[in-house]
Amino acid sequence: MGIPMGPVSALVLSPIIGAILLMMVPQGRDKWVRWIATAFTAVPLLIALHCVYHYDKVLGGYQCLEKISWIPTLGINYQVGLDGISVVLVLLHSLCSFTGVLVSYRVQKRVKEYYIFYLLLIGGVAGVFASLDLFFFYLFYEMAVIPMFPLIGIWGSKDKEYATMKLTLYLTAGAVLALIGLSIVYLASGAQSFDLIFLERYLMQNPLPTQLQVWVFPFLLFGFGVIAPMWPLHSWSPLGHASAPSAVSMLHAGVLMKLGSYAILRIAMQLLPAGAQFWMPWVAIIAIMNILYGGFVAMAQKDIKFTIGYSSSSHMGYVLLGLACMNPVGLNGAVLLMFAHGIMTALAFAAIGHIYDQTHTRITAEWGGLARQIPFVSTLFIMAAMASSGLPGFANFVSELLIFFASWNVYRWSALAAIFGIVTTAFYMLRTVRTAFFGPLNPKWAELKDATNFEKIPYLILLAALMIVGIWPRSLLEIISTATPNILAHLK
Amino acid sequence: MVALPWILLFAPLLACVAIVLGARKSKPASTALAIGGLVVSFVCALQALMHAGGEHPQIIQSSLNWINLPGLLLEFGLLLDKPAILMSLVVTGVGLMVFIYSTGYMKEDRSYTRYFACLSLFAFSMLGIVLSNNFVSLFIFWELVGASSYLLIGYWYEKPSAAAAGKKAFLVNRIADFGFLLGILTLWNISGLGGHEKTLNFVELAHRIPEFVHGGLISSATLSVAAALVFCGVLGKSAQFPLHVWLPDAMEGPTPVSALIHAATMVAAGVYLIARTYFLFWEAPQALIMVAWIGGFTALFAASMALVENDIKRILAFSTLSQLGYMVMALGLGGYTAGIYHLTTHAFFKALLFLGAGSAIHAVHSNDIWKMGGLLKKMPITGWTFLLATLALCGIFPLSGFWSKDEILAVAFHQNKILYLVGTLTAGLTAFYMGRLFSIAFLGESRVHHHEESHGHHGGIHESPWAMTIPLMLLTIPTIFGGFMGFPEFLHHTTHGGIHVEFNMTVAIISSIVAIGGLALAFMIYSKGMQPSAAAQKKLTWLATPLTRKYWIDEIYRYLNQNVQQQGAVFLGLFEKYVIMGLFANGMAKITGVTGLVLRRIQTGRVQSYAFMVWIGFAAIFLWVFRWVQ
Repeated sequence: MGIPMGPVSALVLSPIIGAILLMMVPQGRDKWVRWIATAFTAVPLLIALHCVYHYDKVLGGYQCLEKISWIPTLGINYQVGLDGISVVLVLLHSLCSFTGVLVSYRVQKRVKEYYIFYLLLIGGVAGVFASLDLFFFYLFYEMAVIPMFPLIGIWGSKDKEYATMKLTLYLTAGAVLALIGLSIVYLASGAQSFDLIFLERYLMQNPLPTQLQVWVFPFLLFGFGVIAPMWPLHSWSPLGHASAPSAVSMLHAGVLMKLGSYAILRIAMQLLPAGAQFWMPWVAIIAIMNILYGGFVAMAQKDIKFTIGYSSSSHMGYVLLGLACMNPVGLNGAVLLMFAHGIMTALAFAAIGHIYDQTHTRITAEWGGLARQIPFVSTLFIMAAMASSGLPGFANFVSELLIFFASWNVYRWSALAAIFGIVTTAFYMLRTVRTAFFGPLNPKWAELKDATNFEKIPYLILLAALMIVGIWPRSLLEIISTATPNILAHLK
Repeated sequence: MVALPWILLFAPLLACVAIVLGARKSKPASTALAIGGLVVSFVCALQALMHAGGEHPQIIQSSLNWINLPGLLLEFGLLLDKPAILMSLVVTGVGLMVFIYSTGYMKEDRSYTRYFACLSLFAFSMLGIVLSNNFVSLFIFWELVGASSYLLIGYWYEKPSAAAAGKKAFLVNRIADFGFLLGILTLWNISGLGGHEKTLNFVELAHRIPEFVHGGLISSATLSVAAALVFCGVLGKSAQFPLHVWLPDAMEGPTPVSALIHAATMVAAGVYLIARTYFLFWEAPQALIMVAWIGGFTALFAASMALVENDIKRILAFSTLSQLGYMVMALGLGGYTAGIYHLTTHAFFKALLFLGAGSAIHAVHSNDIWKMGGLLKKMPITGWTFLLATLALCGIFPLSGFWSKDEILAVAFHQNKILYLVGTLTAGLTAFYMGRLFSIAFLGESRVHHHEESHGHHGGIHESPWAMTIPLMLLTIPTIFGGFMGFPEFLHHTTHGGIHVEFNMTVAIISSIVAIGGLALAFMIYSKGMQPSAAAQKKLTWLATPLTRKYWIDEIYRYLNQNVQQQGAVFLGLFEKYVIMGLFANGMAKITGVTGLVLRRIQTGRVQSYAFMVWIGFAAIFLWVFRWVQ
């Protein structure tokens, strides 16, 4: 009797099984803990690579589908599968989580518990991307939020209690808003089904009344928008980034934030197309607030993690703008930017974490001249900063370029402001680099150690991903673009 | 043949990657890789030149689909036509000299291999600009040039001034690129007029734009907006007023880098961009006029600042600004050939000047011309080659600069008399500041203190090593003979538009007199000691202050940066802290808390009050039902 488990289920369940296994490891066997965590995140990475590599671009649509009927009376099924968008995001997630596990080797405090929560978080996020059933989507969504609370509260730094409280409250509030929206959609559709694929088709034939869609859409938009994070609901996010331990920041800024825009795209826009038509021009304006406001606030930050945190919320504005365009180029650009930005932030937070663990300060001005002392980590941070500033050769440039092209003829003023955003990014990124890494070495840091050969692995994986996609964007765009016609068909 | 431009472009990149991956520890290996890569490119460029002659020159275009989405097809492609061949020869030729020179100049540097990796990256990026066949590819390399210049200008990043200069160069260019990108998007829309599929390919656009204009599909005013936006990019890379501020500061980089940036690459990119997209500018007369005036203004403006500068590299930097202004002005006046011609000759003699300056700095260990003196005797190769380049820059017959500068002035004379005067005046100023530089630094007595000289490095000032002097000597060849190599003929009919003006004897004679006059005046003052009277000098100080302060432009920008941009950021930072977080988020939390406090009062724990509540509730329901029944 074999286990009826396809690759996608294996991908989602592997970290969860890992977490359960870890519970059985005796206290103090930190080495075992690390190896188990590594193995159970390496498996999803391999599966994700396999899925991306073998994704049938001609066929398109949802692939590797698995369905187990669970509560038939309510129409709840366990259903997972990947389309061109989610497969790319799953790849992003497994890259960030695997490298996050490697980066976490430095964690010394309560190693076992740390990894248990970390693996649960990973499983939850993977579940969100893979789920094709609204019930399980929501379940995994909550499952991803909860482990953040202890991870930041226990292993975090500085204002960790305040940060974790705020983060959890914000995300829960958002989730509740979204839940209201989802419930209305479920009840109003009359389809008696949580099955996303079925609902999509059903609602395309029997669309909800436009008036209702316009009313319900904001629940989903702002509910999921909290995690996106959409201005002005963003303030939990930089604080959360800053207080979390490095690997959690990597996953948080790298992947968790993408859940918001992914859910807006996958659920709100797809199930409520008329609502999207009504609200998306407003999103294009909010996106500009994200981009410019986030950029300027980032300039004013003294703490390097806050700079990157506000930078993230600024760059998520580009994703929102891409979604708001509701055309193929915009959607492709938005999804590609989710990938690119995720990898880039993970890289930046890994480097910051490496330094913070030794300096115990994150105030940019207190670093100074680190490039001479720790050339490898510094170089990698500088590359991440360059990627963020939209330097060609990195995936961020391609995706932002796509979004510019997409929005230029749809929202001219937003496009103008978004293009100006690349100037602001360059300003704060280069200033950060200049202050932290250039100039004479602060004598306090003469003992700082660069990454060992083993520690270099996660950086190199992330950098490779960023550059391969940046140089040859078709590698991912050809996959992402198989999913966009389906979504746009709803929006017509 | 199709592979040719690809090899030409990617050889330096491969060298860079190989150095980073394999030769980070080995100086000889990294040298060999970097120089080898560029030699390959140079040979490819020569190969292309062989095939470019004749009546029907072969134009190689090769591209692949880089992004292929519904509604957006972006190609990554290369175009090897005559202007591209000429520019790649200049880039690789001058680049090669700089690379070889650097092996001597940077010998003792601790990050030698990083230096060569960055140089190779820089050469790759610049060749990319030269060879790109469409706006998006060009923009990619445009940004890469910005990034690699950031790495090279800030090469000695431990020096705060170098780190700041690198950052400044990148940011000023980024501001310019904001406009450039808008221009690209505007053109992308324009290309789709009349039901065509949108494109950004140069060859395709060169066909369409004149067609659109003549067919009345687009007004020249609209086109001028697009051209002006594209010109924004030129303002940044070619350091035209008001975005010239990064260039003097860029002298913080190692001197060979300055030679590369200021002669053959980066700053040349802007001028090349105008030439590359001349079909656009030619059909946009309003933009063209603006280009001419900005160029002319920059030429004069920068030359005036060079008059009072004491840092040898900064004098040359202002001179570069000024000469770039010349080229831009030429292109703006319709002198397509003249502009590129001057770009080519200038690349050689300006590289020679910078490398010569580097050789002098290497010997004296100072950038200050007043600390040099008498170098012609002590360093004959550096001195004499520097003199040749100086004369070429001043436009002395029959050196290369004479011919190209004269062609520009002839065009100006034909097109716009005011700009002709500006150009001639600039020529005079150029001769004067170069004469001043040469008289102070290379003639007269050495001003290096004797004890410094004897106890100094390797016992006194002496000629630089062969690795540095051989490139100097090689560069004198095009400096002298550049006027006879047939550059203008090579460029004829390579673009849409442009005017051709015959050699004008009057213009040539006037400019020669002005140049010789300027040189002679400087020689008299700074070498023969014919100082003006004290009273006159006092008056001159009044004039010199704005020049030494560079017309306070840096101060204005710094003020804007600190008081507008940074204050705005601080304000929004406070807004975030007190309004979004304080009022909005924490306020919400407060309300929740207070509500909790109030509602808690209801939970008294006394049965009587609960019973009371029950009765009230019951009465309310009763009343409501009763009303409903009625």
